[in-house]
Amino acid sequence: MTAFTTAAETHGFLSPTGVEIAFLLVGLVTFGAALVTVTTRQLVHAALWLVVTLGGLAVEYLLLTAEFIAWVQVLIYVGSVVVLLLFGLMLTRAPIGRSPDADSGNRWAALTVAVAAAAALVWVVVDAFRTTWIDLDGPAAGSTEATGASLFQNWVLPFEALSVLLLAALVGAIVLSRKAKADASTPSGADTRPDTEGTR
Amino acid sequence: MTTTTLAVLVPLLPFLGAVAGLLLGRTAPGFVRPLAVLPTLTSLVLAALVAVRQGGDAAVNAATELTPTGSVPIELALYIDGFAALVAVLVGLVASCVQIYSTGYLRDDPRYPSYAALVSLFTSAMFLVVYSGDLIVLLVGWEVMGICSYFLVGHYWETPEARAASLKAFLVTKLGDVPFLIGLFALATDAGSFRITRVLGAVASGSLDHPTLIALLLLAGVAGKSAQFPLHTWLPDAMAGPTPVSALIHAATMVAAGVYFIARLLPVFEASQAAMVVLAVMAAVTMTGSALAALAQDDIKRVLAYSTIGQLGYMTGALAVGDRGAAVFHLLSHGAFKALLFLAAGVIIHAAGTNSLAAMSRMRNLRDRVPDAYWTMTVALLALAAIPPFSGFFSKEAVLGVAEHVVTGHTEHAPAAAGWLVLVAGLLTAVLTAAYAMRLWLLAFRGRGAEAPDHGRQPLTMTVVLWVLAAPSLALGGFAFRLLPDWFDGRDLSPTLTTSVLGTGVALVGGIVTYGAWRHTTALTARVPLGAVAAHPEGDAAQVEAEAIATHEPAYGDIAYAPDPADPGRLLLGPLHRHAAAGFHMDALYSALFVRPVQAGASLVRFLDREVVETYVRGAGALPRWLGAAVRRAQTGNVQTYVSALLAGTVVLAVAVVLVATGA
Amino acid sequence: MHLAYPAVLSALLFCTGLYGVLARRNAILVLMSVELMLNAVNLNLVAFDVWLSRTAEETLHSGQALTLFTIAIAAAEIGIGLAIVLAVHRNRGTADIDKLRDTAERHDPDGTDHDALTAEQSGEAQKAEATA
Repeated sequence: MTAFTTAAETHGFLSPTGVEIAFLLVGLVTFGAALVTVTTRQLVHAALWLVVTLGGLAVEYLLLTAEFIAWVQVLIYVGSVVVLLLFGLMLTRAPIGRSPDADSGNRWAALTVAVAAAAALVWVVVDAFRTTWIDLDGPAAGSTEATGASLFQNWVLPFEALSVLLLAALVGAIVLSRKAKADASTPSGADTRPDTEGTR
Repeated sequence: MTTTTLAVLVPLLPFLGAVAGLLLGRTAPGFVRPLAVLPTLTSLVLAALVAVRQGGDAAVNAATELTPTGSVPIELALYIDGFAALVAVLVGLVASCVQIYSTGYLRDDPRYPSYAALVSLFTSAMFLVVYSGDLIVLLVGWEVMGICSYFLVGHYWETPEARAASLKAFLVTKLGDVPFLIGLFALATDAGSFRITRVLGAVASGSLDHPTLIALLLLAGVAGKSAQFPLHTWLPDAMAGPTPVSALIHAATMVAAGVYFIARLLPVFEASQAAMVVLAVMAAVTMTGSALAALAQDDIKRVLAYSTIGQLGYMTGALAVGDRGAAVFHLLSHGAFKALLFLAAGVIIHAAGTNSLAAMSRMRNLRDRVPDAYWTMTVALLALAAIPPFSGFFSKEAVLGVAEHVVTGHTEHAPAAAGWLVLVAGLLTAVLTAAYAMRLWLLAFRGRGAEAPDHGRQPLTMTVVLWVLAAPSLALGGFAFRLLPDWFDGRDLSPTLTTSVLGTGVALVGGIVTYGAWRHTTALTARVPLGAVAAHPEGDAAQVEAEAIATHEPAYGDIAYAPDPADPGRLLLGPLHRHAAAGFHMDALYSALFVRPVQAGASLVRFLDREVVETYVRGAGALPRWLGAAVRRAQTGNVQTYVSALLAGTVVLAVAVVLVATGA
Repeated sequence: MHLAYPAVLSALLFCTGLYGVLARRNAILVLMSVELMLNAVNLNLVAFDVWLSRTAEETLHSGQALTLFTIAIAAAEIGIGLAIVLAVHRNRGTADIDKLRDTAERHDPDGTDHDALTAEQSGEAQKAEATA
């Protein structure tokens, strides 16, 4: 506890370090991009702003000295997830350009809940970690070496279990997206009919 | 084999026959008839053997205790004195006749196996009552008879009359059995034992503390079982059962059990003068009332049923004046001729296709169709009317003679008032008995009108037993009145001159008056067509009878009454006829006194349940229902709304938890 | 660096994602918002892991390991989620969440068929438009 208190004494909010300033600026960009992602009326733009948000987060990881996580973030999220989402948008024939009804009628309730949750969370987090200081000097906490060592020493079993989960997800995705055999021969304009009947 | 072993076998054989009949009835129908008849016949032989061996000497008294049963021990005890030995022979004879008769009577009945098994069980229970030396064992037989009578009276359960009659018989006899049970317990507590010998010993030593209470409680059970006023109402309705069952119930088993029970425990009743007077009043009311009612009945079996009640009245009358010898004498002779009457009536109903006397009086040549029934029934009716030298004359004279004996003050047990009551009522009943016997005979066999329908020859099994029973009806009394005192208490049973002349005289008067009335009214018969006949030339007797019972009420408007102006009973009774036909409205009275209040109470409870309790229940249910309707509107199906509400709740909870945790 | 900075940023991003999940109509946009929420959690995990690995000398690196797992699971989730959305779109002709109201409480028994029928018709109409 003494370490925390001394840290609080030595590091005030009014005298930020260079890393903090960088974190703050990138954080603002990330947050702004996230806000645009959830509010924009152009669906494809939302996906592109999501790229900005996720990239901003990767930078934040780097600033927190977690370099491996940062590169994984870039590889998986920016590289694959966003691409998948764009595919999804295209396959569902999302309109290109402004769509007036991107938000559902639930938006005011959603806004209330989100703002209330944000207020409660920020209040609690600030109240709890006001004086906590992260020491970023010394060797990087999230270097590839450190992460790999802990992952394959202590987390091997969950890691392997996760691979099974990924396999299951793979199979599930294939099964779900596969068309029924009967539909293969029918014209694409009428292919909803039998399935609709089936779900009844 | 010792006499005890024989005596144990007597109730056991029909019981085993009943069990085997119930088990094999479905799988092996060929064994049902032998299983019904043979055990009963064997029991008859064994009972006769026991009677011969006992021979009126010292009572056979044996007991074994299966297990300790507390302060008052219950033992499997036999107590066979002269009464028990002779009554058992009668039971065996009548039961055998009934079983043989039933094989013909219920020839095509699909429920014959269970019927025969129940009759066997009934017989076994009566044997148990007769031979038992322990009151609790006696009670077992007593109650088994109750349940058997329920099933047997309801044998034609397809007809509503039979269903109602079986329920009524069961409930009314149970109504008497509850006080009976309490009385037995009180008696055993006072005497310290359920053994009949010890109870009688306690009575003799005067250690009974509440003789009147006990006697009256026991009397209630006896009144229920023996159909004495005021619990007699079940017996006429029990005619809805098959005729052989009626014969069994009326002649030897059920109703005889009550009289036999008093005869066994007569000293207990004699210990209370009040009980004897009550018994005498009961007997007198029962006798005269039932004889009047019998004169007005239209159903031939109901005439006989009321006649049974009246003859049982004679027996209780004899007991009320303290002579069980006369009572059991009459029980024996009555058992023979009443069984004969019923079995012959069954044949007549089968031949005529109706149970209505009004319909029979419009049939020519019925007696030629059933010569066996005609002759035997004539004998039995003469016995019933107590015409010498038939057996009924001697037994009835014994009763009247004892009553006269009491009136003249020769006995110390019975009060003179009881003697007067029994004597006067007995003579009055003798007139009426002769009258209704004459009416029955005239209406059934002297009808004029259309030819009687031809139902074919009666089965041999049904006619032979009539002649078997006709022998004791004819001759039992004349031979027995000299021998019986050796078996009984030793009192003289031979008829005295005064009562013989009086009784025979009034009986002749009754018969002649009825004949005169019939001559007067019979011309009307042809002018008023009446009657419904169930015609099933191929069907067996049971089917014909079931139809006859079911059609009586739709045809005549009443189960007991027919609007027949040619009925001599109507002329004799005058304005009383209507009431007598309805059994002096006892059923209506009970209905008004007991049934309606209970039903009113039930409807009150139902009202309270439906309107009051239910209102609370509905009120309790309304609030959740309204809440549910309100909440249901929130189910829009939009997942986002659900999640919004969920998360809003989560936020609120989290904030609350944080506030509580930080102590704010 | 103060721990409050990543923590607050994480909270804000989470609530932004929350808003997106609750307010967006298109199912794919909802999936994007879910990704936002997952990333907010990841940021939190990383920040606390860095802090604890120094302050409490924790060498297990559970935060970073869990972050990696979360990323992998998120990838799987997005795959399955898209497959479901595509299947729904194929069946119903729409990917709008607020039109998928099969679980709604209905007041009349006939309403079931009526609602489904209209939804189907509108879906077919959309489909016809798209193919044209």
